[in-house]
Formats: sequence, structure tokens, C-alpha cells
Amino acid sequence: MSMLEVKDLHTSFFTPSGEVKAVNGLSFSLEKGKVLGIVGESGSGKSVTAYSILQILTSPGRIVSGSIKFNGEELVGKSEEEIRRIRGNKISIIFQDPMTSLNPTFTIGNQLREAIMLHTDRDRRQANERAVEMLRLVGISEPEKRIHQYAYELSGGMRQRVMIAMALACEPDILIADEPTTALDVTIQAQILELMLQLQKELGMAIIMITHDMGVIASICDEMIVMYAGGVCERGTTDAIFYHPMHEYTRGLMRSIPDMSDDEKVRLIPITGTPIDLLHIPPGCPFAPRCDRAMKICLREKPREYWVGRNHLSACWMNVKNNACFETRPEEGYEEAEE
Amino acid sequence: MNSKFLAYLVKRLLMALLTIFLVIAITFFVMHAIPASPFSSEKAKSDAVIAALEAKYGFDKPVPVQFLNYLKNILRGDFGLSTGWVGNTVIELIMGGFSYSARIGFTAGLIAIILGIILGSVAALQRGRALDKIIQVLTTALVSMPSFVMATILLLIFALQLGWLPSLGNQPGGLVLPIISLSLYPMAYVTRLQRSSMLDVLGQDYIRTARAKGVRSALVIFKHALKNSLTPVITYAGPMMAYILTGSMVVENIFSVPGLGRLFTNSMLRTDYMMIMGVTIFLATMIILMNFLSDILYKVVDPRIELS
Repeated sequence: MSMLEVKDLHTSFFTPSGEVKAVNGLSFSLEKGKVLGIVGESGSGKSVTAYSILQILTSPGRIVSGSIKFNGEELVGKSEEEIRRIRGNKISIIFQDPMTSLNPTFTIGNQLREAIMLHTDRDRRQANERAVEMLRLVGISEPEKRIHQYAYELSGGMRQRVMIAMALACEPDILIADEPTTALDVTIQAQILELMLQLQKELGMAIIMITHDMGVIASICDEMIVMYAGGVCERGTTDAIFYHPMHEYTRGLMRSIPDMSDDEKVRLIPITGTPIDLLHIPPGCPFAPRCDRAMKICLREKPREYWVGRNHLSACWMNVKNNACFETRPEEGYEEAEE
Repeated sequence: MNSKFLAYLVKRLLMALLTIFLVIAITFFVMHAIPASPFSSEKAKSDAVIAALEAKYGFDKPVPVQFLNYLKNILRGDFGLSTGWVGNTVIELIMGGFSYSARIGFTAGLIAIILGIILGSVAALQRGRALDKIIQVLTTALVSMPSFVMATILLLIFALQLGWLPSLGNQPGGLVLPIISLSLYPMAYVTRLQRSSMLDVLGQDYIRTARAKGVRSALVIFKHALKNSLTPVITYAGPMMAYILTGSMVVENIFSVPGLGRLFTNSMLRTDYMMIMGVTIFLATMIILMNFLSDILYKVVDPRIELS
């Protein structure tokens, strides 16, 4: 049994102009101690997926249907109090912008202690010790001094370290990292990623890494999901997807990664067009309007996920046409078709 | 930190002294540019009597000399003698009036701030729902209603028709209506400030962080959001408290409260130079003091603010 099992999740924002279907039939699972990457462009529903798992969506957004099972326990429909006990305790999250994600009017120590005291029996003094210990763990120097400081007295990289310390203080089973390095500069990005991986190994938690950086996915994730317009294009092990992308969108993403190994100047190949309007989702494959190889059926009917490898699913009509997919999971030893 | 704070205090004090000096100078010269004399009245006095009176109060000297004398006396804590209430010093009269005004004003101001913060926060949390709309309509009505209309309506309903409360300020329970009349406008104003500020804060990333940590929603609001949302209210509350403590001319007159506001109106009617100047300087000092207090409060609420 997977630790986290998301099935046919639908999350919408009910705006005055209509229902915006931000997550539209998403399914995936996460095994204990694994790193799962979710990649996709802005507005593809990556963050909304994360907020749905923790149910920290703000009005007018809410989960419409679907199931989120954590250790076999259904989270959708749980009371606020029940889900609150899981947040920051069993499942934690760190956000994109560390500059604004810490409360400016409370000390670092106060915010760390709060996270610790919410979910454990530690008293103030013990929580303080734990806070110092966590700050040291995430590589912050002079933690005894830092806990008396405010967020504005720390740099961006330091603040993200504090966020990580806060998220991990209760030793969660899952850490969701919502573009944790996007707002940081490149050298700090590498440090933060390395820190997260190191802590993942030490503490044995699973990570959901949300990013739009294929490089990050390739370097740290065991499995990945390619999202587009709130749904899954393709999911599976990172190796399977990087070596045998089985969806036109994934192939487009791969083509748009700059190749630094060539001395020749090569033009990047962008994916033309813009994402569809989530207020008016057309029938058919959401990527079809931008797809170079779209067929008639792509515009008419939405493809469902088919197995294209032993650890690899893709939702693309092309695979059906090419007879490259299966209804059920292929047997062990199955070699993926080369595209 | 401490030496920085001391330097800040000294700077603020010097600024305050300069401001008060300017207030004194402007009031003094404006008062002396008015053709009316404190001794002009319907009953004609002989020139000799007026000359004697002017000599007694020092009004016969050239204006610049009077100004210097006035400044000298202020430094000694002497704000002169009232010409409108003969036999009283300005200080005595101001303190007498202030004891009433401050009592009403402090209560009214406190009610306004506390209720305003609560109502504003509730409205923000209930955004778009019925309760929010009711609060918005009521506060809009209250901020657009002049205080004399408000006070008269309250007087009419609670004192005359229902007879629950006395109409005069010196009767037992008589301060209730003036307190309500005084507090309604600032309360409505604080509510509106707090609502928009709270809405702004609730959309901030650190609120999402707090929820993601598993903080109870009540604590998210009362700990994380409230402290961050108070700045606009503090900005408004400083000068508001100064005005409300020094008395409202309208409300005190309507309810016959012998406070500073009423004293101020009457001293103007009696062209009592000394009283007008005294009250003006008192008001200016209060405003400076309250602004100083709100600056200190900023720092308490938001550590990012540098006092300089």
C-alpha cells in the first residue's frame, strides 16, 4: 500500500465568472521515503494539488471530488480539527517565497516553537531546545542567537532554511516542497536542494517536489508526474520518462531544456501557444491545441491514462494509435518501446 | 539599542518643543490680529475702565513685548489669567475641564478601538456574507453622520422618549450618552480600517504558513493575523485619542458637560485670549504626545519599524 494515494482529484475555484478547474482528475501515489517530482508550467495545478492534500485552499477554492488517502486513511471530508492534526505534523509543506512566508512580527524561535508545541507534548523550554536543534540541523550558524531574531534580519536562503526547519520539526512522513528554490539565487538553490536531500536521507521522509525545473527533477526525483491543465500527461519513474517520454507535452518540455554540452549554438525549441483557459476546458486532450501531432480524436475525446511501461503511464492518443500501450500493468521484464 | 532610543527621544523632544513654539507663535499673533477685545461687550465700558483692565492683564504693552512675556510665563508654568472667567487661572480652568473630557474621552476612545478592531476583524472573516454587509452599511452610515445629528438622535431616543438615561452630563449616568455619541464615529472608522487591513493580512503568505503548520484557525487570526493588521488602526488611534481626550465642542455642548470642548467654545465666544491660547497649546501637546505613543506602539507591534 502506498503512503499517499491520490485518486481522481478535482479541485476548483468558484469565481464570479465561473468554475476554474485547477485540478481536473489527478491521480498518483507516493511510496514511503521516495522523492516524487511534479513538473508543469505555471497554472498547471501543481501548487493547488499540494494545497488540496493539506486542505489549505482558500475560498473560493475547494476540493470538488476525488480521494486522498494517507496511510490508508481518507483525508477528503475530514473535519478541520482532524486535518489540522496532520498538517505540519505528518505532512508538512515549504513554500516558494521564503521572504513572505514567515510572519514578520514574531521571532523565528516563536514560530518554530509554535510548530513543535502544536503537535508534541514538549513544554516551552523543551520546544526551544528542539528549535535550536532543528536550526542547527538545517545548517544555520549560532542558532541560539537566531531564535531571538525576526525574519527580516535573515537572508532569503536562511529564511528558507528556517522554513525547512519548521516543516521538519515534527518529523513528518511527507514533506511537500512547493517550488522551494524558485525565489532564491542559483548558488543558494543548489545548497537548499542538497540540504533537502540530505535531510530526506537522515529522516527517511518522502518528498513531493513541485517545480518547473526539469533539471531539479532529473537530479533528485525517483518518480515524476508531468502535469498540464490540472491533469496528468505522464507519470512514472524519472528514468522511464526522461529516456522514453511518451507524451507530446513531455517531449516538448525536453526539447526546451537548453543543452550546454554542445559547443554549437542551437536554438531552443519552445512549445508554441499558451495553456488553455481553465474556465472553459474544451473536450479532448487539453494539450491538443498546442500539439504538433494532434489528430482528430485528440480534439474530440480526452485520452485516459494507459500503461506504456512497467513503471510508466501516459495519457496520449498517439500511444493508442501506435499500439504502444496497455490496459494493465505490463509484466516484469517488459522493455519500453523506443520512440 | 538603548543609546539609539535615547537619541530618538531627545530628537522627538526637540521636535515637540519646536512644534509647540510654532503653535504658540501662530495662535498668539492670530489672536492679536482679531479686532475684538476681551473686554468688549454689549454693556459699554468707559475708556478708563478698559485701559485699566488692559493694564492689569498686560494688554497695553506692544504686541512683541506681550509675546515675550507670555513665553517667559509659560516657561514658569504660568499660562496667565482668564479674562472670561474672572478670578481663575487658565491652568485651573483647563484642568477642571480636562478632568471631565478625559474621563468621557478615554472611555469613548477605548470602546471605539476595541469594538472597532473586533467588528472590523469579524467583517473581514465574514467577507461577503450577511454579517459583513450589515457591519459595512452601519459603519458607512455612522462615519457619514455628523456628530451633532448623532448626539441629538441619541438624546431624543434614550433621554426624551425612552427616558432611560439623563440628558444632562452632571446627573448620575449622565456621561453614558456623551460617551456613546463620542465613540460611534471613531468606532465605525476603526472598523473600516481594521476590515481592510485584516483582509490584506489574511491574503499574506505567512497566514498560509500558519495554517499549514496546523495552527487552529482562531489562533491563526488572533495571533498571526491580528498583530500584523493593527498598524493602520494605531496610526489613526493616536491623533484620534488626542482629539477625543481634549473634548468635543459639539457633544459637550449638547449634553452640557463642563469639559474642555465646552470651555473652548465659550472662551472663543468671550474672546478670552489666554484661554484660547492655553487650550490650543494643550491640544497641540496632547496630539504630539499621542503621536509619540503611537510611534512607540508601532515598534511594539512590528519589530521591523526603526524609530528614527
